[in-house]
Amino acid sequence: MPAISREEVAHLATLARIDLDDTDLDHLAPQLSVILESVASISGVAGDDVPATSHPIPMTNVFREDVVTPGLTPEQALSGAPEVEQQRFSVPRILGDEQ
Amino acid sequence: MSWVHKSAAELADALAAGEVTSVELTQAHLDRIAAVDGDVHAFLHIDAEGALAAAAASDARRAAGTPASGPDGVPIAVKDVLATIGQPTTCGSKMLEGWHPPYDATVVAKVRAAGMPILGKTNMDEFAMGSSTENSAYGPTRNPWDLDRIPGGSGGGSAAAVAAFEAPLALGTDTGGSIRQPGAVTGTVGVKPTYGSVSRYGLVALANSLDQVGPVTRTVLDSALLHEVIGGHDPLDSTSIPGAPAGLVDAARQGASGDLSGLKVGVITELAGDGWQDGVMTRVQESVELLERLGAEVVEVSCPHFVHAMAAYYLILPAECSSNLAKFDAMRYGMRVLPDGVASPSAEEVMKATRDAGFGAEVKRRIILGTYALSSGYYDAFYGQAQKIRTLIIRDFDAAFEQVDVLVSPTAPTTAFPIGEKADDPLAMYLNDLATIPANLAGVPGISVPAGLAAEDGLPVGLQVLAPVKADDRLYRVGAAIEAALEKEWGGPLLAQAPALEETR
Repeated sequence: MPAISREEVAHLATLARIDLDDTDLDHLAPQLSVILESVASISGVAGDDVPATSHPIPMTNVFREDVVTPGLTPEQALSGAPEVEQQRFSVPRILGDEQ
Repeated sequence: MSWVHKSAAELADALAAGEVTSVELTQAHLDRIAAVDGDVHAFLHIDAEGALAAAAASDARRAAGTPASGPDGVPIAVKDVLATIGQPTTCGSKMLEGWHPPYDATVVAKVRAAGMPILGKTNMDEFAMGSSTENSAYGPTRNPWDLDRIPGGSGGGSAAAVAAFEAPLALGTDTGGSIRQPGAVTGTVGVKPTYGSVSRYGLVALANSLDQVGPVTRTVLDSALLHEVIGGHDPLDSTSIPGAPAGLVDAARQGASGDLSGLKVGVITELAGDGWQDGVMTRVQESVELLERLGAEVVEVSCPHFVHAMAAYYLILPAECSSNLAKFDAMRYGMRVLPDGVASPSAEEVMKATRDAGFGAEVKRRIILGTYALSSGYYDAFYGQAQKIRTLIIRDFDAAFEQVDVLVSPTAPTTAFPIGEKADDPLAMYLNDLATIPANLAGVPGISVPAGLAAEDGLPVGLQVLAPVKADDRLYRVGAAIEAALEKEWGGPLLAQAPALEETR
């Protein structure tokens, strides 16, 4: 498996919405390469005939009874928010300048 | 012997007999925390007021002859990854510093309903990512056996709390060994129940398909007691399995009688060899011989795909965690940091700055690794392949449990290592979970019980026992049998050999 480049790590960090500075990238890229080389050992172990397992104890169609149960009050739901306005989560602008 | 040195079962009996009140017990543990936690740092938050109020309510129930449960009034510590009303829940992360959840985790609600005062919240690796508790944003927990060494992780705080006699019981969570490995390196008992048999509602998820809440205690019987309190189906958790665990306490009591005749034990071939500390292997081998003397039949069993478990785990876990931790977006709860030098930052810029400031190095590593494993072009080679390995490991367990009733191995390859030794070597750190990971991938239950001290360093060694899905009772039967037989040899519990901690007042 190929080593992961500094540029690739920077791209992944953008996808994962984490600002990483140059020092972080220099540190992280070689570490991720070592981990990826190690986990790459699994390639080819399982053939096409082996089904994938996503969950150790499979359950399907899990529904609760269709009855109303108490939920959080608006005050409770907003209690941990960094910023609140008019009983809503207050967020920074979501569109760029060009939109 | 002071109250803090007694087991939870002994404390429950003393409460029932009116020999002590819950307020006295709770205060004794709060005093012990005040005296030793400056050195151990097992707790991130202590709730003296709440615990004493719950204790007083418990005493009132006992006085009225209406205790809520057997352990009503026995205090407990809770890992800081479980949501608690009235106490902060930080997951060991700056991201959630000061967050007060508006709801209780189901296991916390069950503990409260059983009348057990909650002493406080225990330290952990950030978002449960780690094997040493060094990844906590609030500083490491220290091993009561040697304050310069790690207490294991991610639940090092819960294990150290019971090992240091700061709490008789604690709740932990185990995603790849975070209950069992700390148990092994602190000379305590830890159980990962069958996946889905204990509710995950209110557990801040690391990897949903692997996480499980379980007991952290000093004795096997105490784990069984706590397991019966927290287990059972929960409609709030869609992965919760039907039914409630029963007969665990009975199994522990039966096992303690010391007769294992008719039991077939398999020693896992693949969990031994290079990289396994001699003193660990010696103590485990002796424990296996002891099982034979108690009447068990011991055979060696090969689980050929276990050698791939760690690689599969470090693809599945980062994939799930990168998705789970996407919720820390600086909008609804937790930290919000504005980027430097941006006049009117966008939500995306705020999210990126916040996640850089709020997450530690290991969390960033795993999120990025998971993002990579799930990216198109790599998905089949990595995540898809890891899920197939998971199937092969489940098949290994199925085949093994056709031959034997339980499997045994060391819990961890080494004893507790010095703080700092592996802090910036992720791969070396990941190897600590080599023996515990297969159980999480397959959903089977496991226990770690003290097996003695390694000759070369005098530090605790854990024996891991694994049972088939929903056969958690076997862990308690075998665990209690080995515990009773070893304590007879040692002349008391292993923790009696731990150096006394200096008490400060």
